[in-house]
Amino acid sequence: MLLGAVIWVLTVVICYIFLGHYWWFPPPISQHGQFYDAQFTLTLWVTGIIFFCAQMALGYGIIKFRDRGGMARYSHGNNVLEVVWTSATAILFIGLVLAGTRIWAAVHFEEAPADAMRIEVMGKQFAWSFRYPGPDGKFGKTDLKQVNDQGGNSFGIDDKDPAGKDDITSASLKVPVGKPILLILRSRDVIHNFFVRELRLKQDIVPGMEIPFHFQADQIGTYEVPCSELCGLGHHQMRSTLEVMPEADFQKWLQEQAAQK
Amino acid sequence: MSSPIVHAHHAPTGFIRRYIFSLDHKVIGIQYYFLALFSVFLGMALSVLMRFHLVYPDAKVGFFETLWKTGAPGGIMTPELYLSLMTMHGTIMVFFVLTTAPQSGFGNYFLPIQIGAEDMAFPVLNMLSFWTTFLALIVMVAAFFVPGGAPLAGWTAYPPLSAVGALSGPGEGLGQTLWIISIAIFSGASLMGAINFIATTIDLRAKGLSMMRLPLTCWSWFVTAILGLLGFAVLLAAGVLLLLDRLAGTSFFLPAGLLVNDQILNHKGGSPLLWQHLFWFFGHPEVYIAILPGMGVASQLLSTFSRKPIFGYRAMVYAILGIGFLGFFVWGHHMFMSGMNPYSAFAFSVLTMSIGVPSAIKTFNWIGTLWGGRIRFTTAMLFALGFVSLFVTGGISGIFLGQPALDLYFHDTYFVVGHFHMIMGVAAIFGMFAGTFYWFPKVTARYMNETLGKIHFYLTFIGVYAIFTPMHFLGIAGNPRRYADFTNFDFMGKLMPVHTFMTYAAITTALAQFIFLFNLIWSAKKGKPAPMNPWEATTLEWTIPSPPPFDNFAGHHPVVNHGPYEYSVPGAPRDYTMQSDPA
Repeated sequence: MLLGAVIWVLTVVICYIFLGHYWWFPPPISQHGQFYDAQFTLTLWVTGIIFFCAQMALGYGIIKFRDRGGMARYSHGNNVLEVVWTSATAILFIGLVLAGTRIWAAVHFEEAPADAMRIEVMGKQFAWSFRYPGPDGKFGKTDLKQVNDQGGNSFGIDDKDPAGKDDITSASLKVPVGKPILLILRSRDVIHNFFVRELRLKQDIVPGMEIPFHFQADQIGTYEVPCSELCGLGHHQMRSTLEVMPEADFQKWLQEQAAQK
Repeated sequence: MSSPIVHAHHAPTGFIRRYIFSLDHKVIGIQYYFLALFSVFLGMALSVLMRFHLVYPDAKVGFFETLWKTGAPGGIMTPELYLSLMTMHGTIMVFFVLTTAPQSGFGNYFLPIQIGAEDMAFPVLNMLSFWTTFLALIVMVAAFFVPGGAPLAGWTAYPPLSAVGALSGPGEGLGQTLWIISIAIFSGASLMGAINFIATTIDLRAKGLSMMRLPLTCWSWFVTAILGLLGFAVLLAAGVLLLLDRLAGTSFFLPAGLLVNDQILNHKGGSPLLWQHLFWFFGHPEVYIAILPGMGVASQLLSTFSRKPIFGYRAMVYAILGIGFLGFFVWGHHMFMSGMNPYSAFAFSVLTMSIGVPSAIKTFNWIGTLWGGRIRFTTAMLFALGFVSLFVTGGISGIFLGQPALDLYFHDTYFVVGHFHMIMGVAAIFGMFAGTFYWFPKVTARYMNETLGKIHFYLTFIGVYAIFTPMHFLGIAGNPRRYADFTNFDFMGKLMPVHTFMTYAAITTALAQFIFLFNLIWSAKKGKPAPMNPWEATTLEWTIPSPPPFDNFAGHHPVVNHGPYEYSVPGAPRDYTMQSDPA
């Protein structure tokens, strides 16, 4: 009896907090983010209605069918009902996946536009580093033996390769607003994960692999990048920022960096 | 009893053969149960320490330093100690609680009795599998006490973090090696147990007990054993390969070009993703190893205490089989973000959603079982009903995580932590509580105390919702999991009130578990005496005295004439028809 009421109260409280958005996503800063939020909202409504109805029915059954004497109904079930709710859940669940497929495809199946700006990302215990190709548009070769974190060479840019002379490295990811960006994700020790909440994007960074990952940010601002795959004792400190800048500011920053070379 | 009498077997009289190295499935079941009980309190203590640290990362606590001299210098917990507590919490809970109690504990004790057998098919193997599990636990706990301490790579132990030795962090030296050895030993034990359960179910059923008359508990133990056989074999192999990478310089999981802690490593040709595939090929079925027995217990109890046949028995059996079968084709949903071919995500997500269908069938059928019933609210039934509620709540968040598109944000956030704790953690544990209250009178001939039981139930039921529901909100806000503290990020600061609430909920709920522990011990000695069939239930264990004699049926061979859940049959003399009642 009491349990039925407790389940009802818990269900209403949970639904209320979900509807209140007290702790919620930050606003999206890309078109992908808007599509993401639409898919999330759709899923939330479908599952929310199932959750609400199932818990309410459970609570109702507990209260209504408490033992008040007499015999229970002798029934082994109902095949029509079985078929109905089996097909209904199958259609709903698989329908949700299909609805979200375009979002996944846009991130992973579609190539980055040919004019996307290429930036290399290096994850290491427990810091981020980002590399821009510099004025020549080419990344220099890298060599593990030349890695020097204190000297600002986390990538190990090979000093014998002329293409690497003008490469720019940065501890934060700076990008121009409204331009397609192609990240090349690399790690040199353990698995890390590149995550920007406002972009609604996340990707593991796996040593031994170079994973391409593209996005376009449409809102100027600074957004935090928390490592999101356990990488060791400093995992919780592995922070960087994504700085989405006006085109002119970004170009100015690039030139300043190039001038220092 | 019309069944012929054969000679009855008697228990060995020596203490060691009877209680320590026992071949009796009932003693072994209890041994497993107490091993899991020890482990669950240990795992829970670790989780309380973790929750405390997350909210008070700078607190100086004297006894932290007493326990872990290097892990908590000056009483302040280091991040590496936090991560090792987290690793051990997950490992101990998954392997030594969720795998051990529902299957090896309850299954060992009640599978043979429910099918009318004298013992398991291979009693010596049964004893060996328990003592092997015990050894695995000793090796696992020993990891706390070696230089560097327990490993910090999480219960999933992803290489390279877990494969390059102490270079990648404290605990990754001998501690991680012991962890792998323990898991390998545990896998061996689980394989022995699985073979035994499968052989017993197939070969030792009583006359008349066709598969379609098996109690759903037996079905769930049977399918769980098949999952264990196929899953642990792969985990064992993966563990051996990881050990070779660490100790023999092989490169199964390690690629070329690694520079860890300023040291260039000499590996080449391996792939970190290979471990993830092998691990999750075991790891996903493992989720069902943990939860299927709970589903079986919930089904059994809902029928018994509603005084109604289970709604859709056949559909329930097919759902168990469907979950078991599909469970081997969905491991990739743990790897949507791993860097594996993104096209495979499509297949894995459709299969993952498909597994939601038999799960939904089970939920509907449980609610259907209540409909039109005459529910008796024993503590056992409360936990079974609580199981259904938690199963719905924990299952529904899987509909978000099973979509690769939504995983682009939710992967490795607290949303995932909330999801699997609800369904694999507390729902499964509610199954164990339900089973404990239900079968306690059979094991001890006494009831557990109902008042204490109900207080414990309500505190725990509301408590687990208070701990794990907020995790979904943290996940929606983007809070990553496996963080030792949240002080380095601006956006996490705003979430601290939620963390504080969860920590207090966790401490309260943890304390409430001592009510259960007290009830268990007190009732075994002083509980109200219970008759042979206290719940007026139908399955075979309720036809024999409590506690059951050494060979269960005292030389009789029971004959089964009825399905397992014949309650409230019209025209029958009482509202339950036992399986062995005359046809």
